[in-house]
Amino acid sequence: MGIAIYMMAFGLLLVGLYALVAKKNVVRIIIGIAILDYGINLLLVLMGYRHGGSAPILGKGETTAQLAARSVDPLPQVMVLTNIVVELAMVVVVVALAIRIYDRYGTFDMNDIRRLRG
Amino acid sequence: MERLLPILVAWPLACGFLVVALAQVRGLHRLTGLISGLGLAGGLGMAVELCRRVYELHAAGGQASFSFGLWSPAQAQLYADGLSSLLLLIINFVGLAILIYSVAYMRRYTSTWLFQSLFLVMVAAMNGLVLAGDLFTLYIFIETAALASYALVAFGCEAEELEASFRYLVMGVIASTFILVGVALMYSLTGQLNMIQIATVLARGKLASSPALLLAAGCLLAGLAIKAAMVPFHAWLSDAHPSAPAPISAMMSGVLIKTGGVYAIARIVFSVLGANASYAQVLMAMGGVSMVVGALLSLGQWDIKRMLAYSSISQMGYVMLALGAGAYALSSGAGRDIALLCLVGAFFHLFNHAAFKSLLFLASGSIEYATGTRRLDQLGGLAQRMPVTGFCCRIGALSIAGIPPFNGFFSKLVIVIALVLAGLPALAVLAVAVAVLTLLIAVKLQRYALDGQSSLQAQQARESPWPMGVGMVVLALVCIGGGLAFFPLRQYLFDPAGQALLQAPLSQAAGALP
Repeated sequence: MGIAIYMMAFGLLLVGLYALVAKKNVVRIIIGIAILDYGINLLLVLMGYRHGGSAPILGKGETTAQLAARSVDPLPQVMVLTNIVVELAMVVVVVALAIRIYDRYGTFDMNDIRRLRG
Repeated sequence: MERLLPILVAWPLACGFLVVALAQVRGLHRLTGLISGLGLAGGLGMAVELCRRVYELHAAGGQASFSFGLWSPAQAQLYADGLSSLLLLIINFVGLAILIYSVAYMRRYTSTWLFQSLFLVMVAAMNGLVLAGDLFTLYIFIETAALASYALVAFGCEAEELEASFRYLVMGVIASTFILVGVALMYSLTGQLNMIQIATVLARGKLASSPALLLAAGCLLAGLAIKAAMVPFHAWLSDAHPSAPAPISAMMSGVLIKTGGVYAIARIVFSVLGANASYAQVLMAMGGVSMVVGALLSLGQWDIKRMLAYSSISQMGYVMLALGAGAYALSSGAGRDIALLCLVGAFFHLFNHAAFKSLLFLASGSIEYATGTRRLDQLGGLAQRMPVTGFCCRIGALSIAGIPPFNGFFSKLVIVIALVLAGLPALAVLAVAVAVLTLLIAVKLQRYALDGQSSLQAQQARESPWPMGVGMVVLALVCIGGGLAFFPLRQYLFDPAGQALLQAPLSQAAGALP
């Protein structure tokens, strides 16, 4: 059971990578970027999980040592939060680019968006 | 002194946002150039001060580093030592020269304040990148710098620029995913994010035979190698760098691939993972292949900026090769002095490449500004028509070719000597051979652009406005002075930088890993 969910995270990463490498439609590539992000966030949360751990919220009168004894690791969750913000900015930039590309080329097909000499 | 570190990141960032705010106010929008200049000049001042303090500590023989942690010094988010301060100096100095140049160059674009604010965000992110003390901070700053650069590559909003930016962004996303997977695996293995803490955990050797450690290191190195455009991950660079406006090409080729790629690889291999034989071989293989392939691809190009972009791959190969040789010398027991010489060669070449490649990109932008074309076969005779640009371009070309009084010669010489001393004569011969190829590239650039018969476009050319000239002359002076001042530079900058990597906690335990 433990390994399966890790496999799922890596599976998501592979799906996203496949979309980025093999797909030729700009919108599909953007979806691939989003899937890659979800995969990595899932992986990060899994890194901090432990069996039977509770949410890392400091209760009233609880010391940090007691919190650490019962809860899951909060640090990867902080990393996920930060990463979500970075990815939001990334997706905004790529969508803006995609709109401009559609203005210029009139298509989302990467096979036709090919004016650069390799 | 520790308090300076967050200011180094915050000051350019604050100036960047101030530029955006001022641009909205009628009457004050003329001040944006001044504010961005202040942002970079302040950064440069702080970088010089940091270099001085680090050198003083280094000369006194102590631990030459400063760390700044929000909660505890042991978990420092920002960390500065000789290498960081050298990179800070390069970023802010080259950035300032490029900003002066861009005052005139960017006049043909609308919304130059957007350019200025994005430029400042990029500089702030790179400052943070070289100061990062833990892996996640490193990742965040790599992403921030990359985000600013995606927008800047597409700044002109022409069809080619948008396409180049999109392809660059897709490669950048793949790279950052690899880096973050590496960071996550490293955290789950060691329970630490801080680089020094990770190195301490790894040095205990319990993880030595763990395949997960190899996976984490492989993910980190692969992601950073994409950022550094090492062969075989180089395909994006030749589209992205030439498509951007010339100041941004100069910043990306001159500084961004060094901080986001080479610096981060050096830091992770030497300070976190520990320089052992297998990492040394990876670095040397990547460096050697990039050196040859980049030079060969560069030689066949007729677009000036594309040619310069490919030659960046080749020159970064030199730096990577020298870093690998340093790791090899450490792990094979050739001695710390030889390893230090390899690292000094690497950093000297990195410094020089920042000067001459930025200079050449600025000169190519100036040529494009005057003639409207970047095709070498449509240029010619520009040395007479554009004396300042022609002179600076010639100095840059001679430097990259490695002609004696200029800086490129000395750094290549140091690298070749270091390779021989480290017991790698075959790679030294390869480095010399690539230097000959680079000479051919420089000859081709001069023959077709500066000398010979003027073409139709080149006859109309007039010298570019003076701010562009100032930006280029400043970098040209570094190219002339850098070679002659090798020994003082080595004493004040490169020795502390090399020692910073060698003093890393793990390099004593080199060879303990698989």
